[in-house]
Amino acid sequence: MVVIKKQDELVWKKRTTREQWINWFYWLIGISIVLFAWKIISDKTVWFFVQDAPRQAADIGSRMVPPKWSYSLELIKPVWDTINIATLGTVIAMIIAVPVAFCAARNTTPHSTVRIVALFIIVASRSVNSLIWALMLVFILGPGVLAGTVAIGLRSIGFCAKLIYESIEEIDANQVEAVKATGASNLQQMIYGIIPQVLPTIAGVGIYRWDINIRESTILGLVGAGGIGLQLNGSINTLAWTQVSTILLVILATVFVSEWVSAKVRGAII
Amino acid sequence: MLKLENLTKRYNTGDLALQGIDLSIPNGQVLALIGPSGAGKSTLIRCINRLVEPTNGSAILNEVNLTKLSSRALRKSRRKMGMIFQEYALVERLTVMENVLSGRLGYVGFWKSFLRRFPKKDVNEAFRLLDRVGLLEMADKRADELSGGQRQRVGICRALIQDPDLLLVDEPTASLDPKTSRQIMRLINELCQERGLTAIINIHDVLLAQMFSQRIVGLALGNIVYDGSPEGLTPEVLTKIYGEEDWSATIEKVDDEDAEV
Repeated sequence: MVVIKKQDELVWKKRTTREQWINWFYWLIGISIVLFAWKIISDKTVWFFVQDAPRQAADIGSRMVPPKWSYSLELIKPVWDTINIATLGTVIAMIIAVPVAFCAARNTTPHSTVRIVALFIIVASRSVNSLIWALMLVFILGPGVLAGTVAIGLRSIGFCAKLIYESIEEIDANQVEAVKATGASNLQQMIYGIIPQVLPTIAGVGIYRWDINIRESTILGLVGAGGIGLQLNGSINTLAWTQVSTILLVILATVFVSEWVSAKVRGAII
Repeated sequence: MLKLENLTKRYNTGDLALQGIDLSIPNGQVLALIGPSGAGKSTLIRCINRLVEPTNGSAILNEVNLTKLSSRALRKSRRKMGMIFQEYALVERLTVMENVLSGRLGYVGFWKSFLRRFPKKDVNEAFRLLDRVGLLEMADKRADELSGGQRQRVGICRALIQDPDLLLVDEPTASLDPKTSRQIMRLINELCQERGLTAIINIHDVLLAQMFSQRIVGLALGNIVYDGSPEGLTPEVLTKIYGEEDWSATIEKVDDEDAEV
């Protein structure tokens, strides 16, 4: 912000002329980088395939219709597995995430070393995608629903714990202070002063993660960790396109229902 | 008898909030603590129940030196000190009854309090107190459904159910309208008389302080600059506490009729 005095008048501008030029210069650099990167990508693209893309898409599209509706009966079991993977995974994650969150929050952690360990758990869990967790767990636990459930659980701990501990750090300290002033012990302060304040967040985060996990668990079958992804992978490999379209429609319907359920539950909590 | 001796608080920032306070309050006395924002009023009462740890000096309540207590013994002593807060500090998502009963947490074990199985005696007392402040039918409402004045009444019940010897009251009327402020101050005053409670009331409103207390202590920059009767608050004294200002409207004579309103 600059205020310049011109004769008797005060003139106000956001930037000085010099700052304005520097600003333009940064824009110039930014745009140049974008154009340069664009050129590299363009050079490495085989344009013949891209020109062919609409025809290929139309071809696959035409092979996909009509979906093989009878196949959907075979999908009931995998869909049920998928929902179970997501639900159990979320429950496991929340059971671990809540204590981790209390250890990670500055105002509730028992010790700063414990806090560092808790933060490490959160980062470690978040840094690995659930598909990669699943890939490793299929080797350790063998293929199937268990590997998928544990993968979803491990992946979700960090996500849930992070959101919960941030909400613990934002609680109203006055309410806790008031409980403390009555002579309450630390644990009593927690159950009377802190938990009531973060309970809506804990419930909301759990539902939100469950909603995400439904979508994530549809893909775990690709690496053999159970659920509908197994059928999807099989159908694509055997070029059974009508089955693929059926599976995609079933996944769409499942996600749709889970969105609806979580919206309802979230509305009821808050 | 509450006795403060050379009570000093220096915050980590280096601010000296209390500069060696010496004060003794006989049992049953209601004392109003006035002073500008930042004078150390809140720090003073929080140093007594050690929500803020004093840097130096001691606070002695009925022969117990509070500043020397272990955390366990401190918890036990806190049960005898009820506290009432500026923004009520009720646990918003708990019911009125739970908030009142939380005043008994120092007396009840963890699992009993977790499962909300308070002794019958405590529950009866909670009902009696809620009835006394006129909120009996609100017992099952959530605290965030109440109005400001109602919330402060619940805060008062929470402090009184502790069966305290001392009430620490931090700006009880700062978030209330003038009429409710008077009602709350009168209620606190009456309850202190009924139970023979000692009370320290931090308050901004000089008129209210004069109306509802037996003794006034003026605090400025962490020092006591006035200690005397409500009538002794002259413009000179107020200038000493708050600084230069036209005080003629503030110290209108408080007559009995006004106190009845």
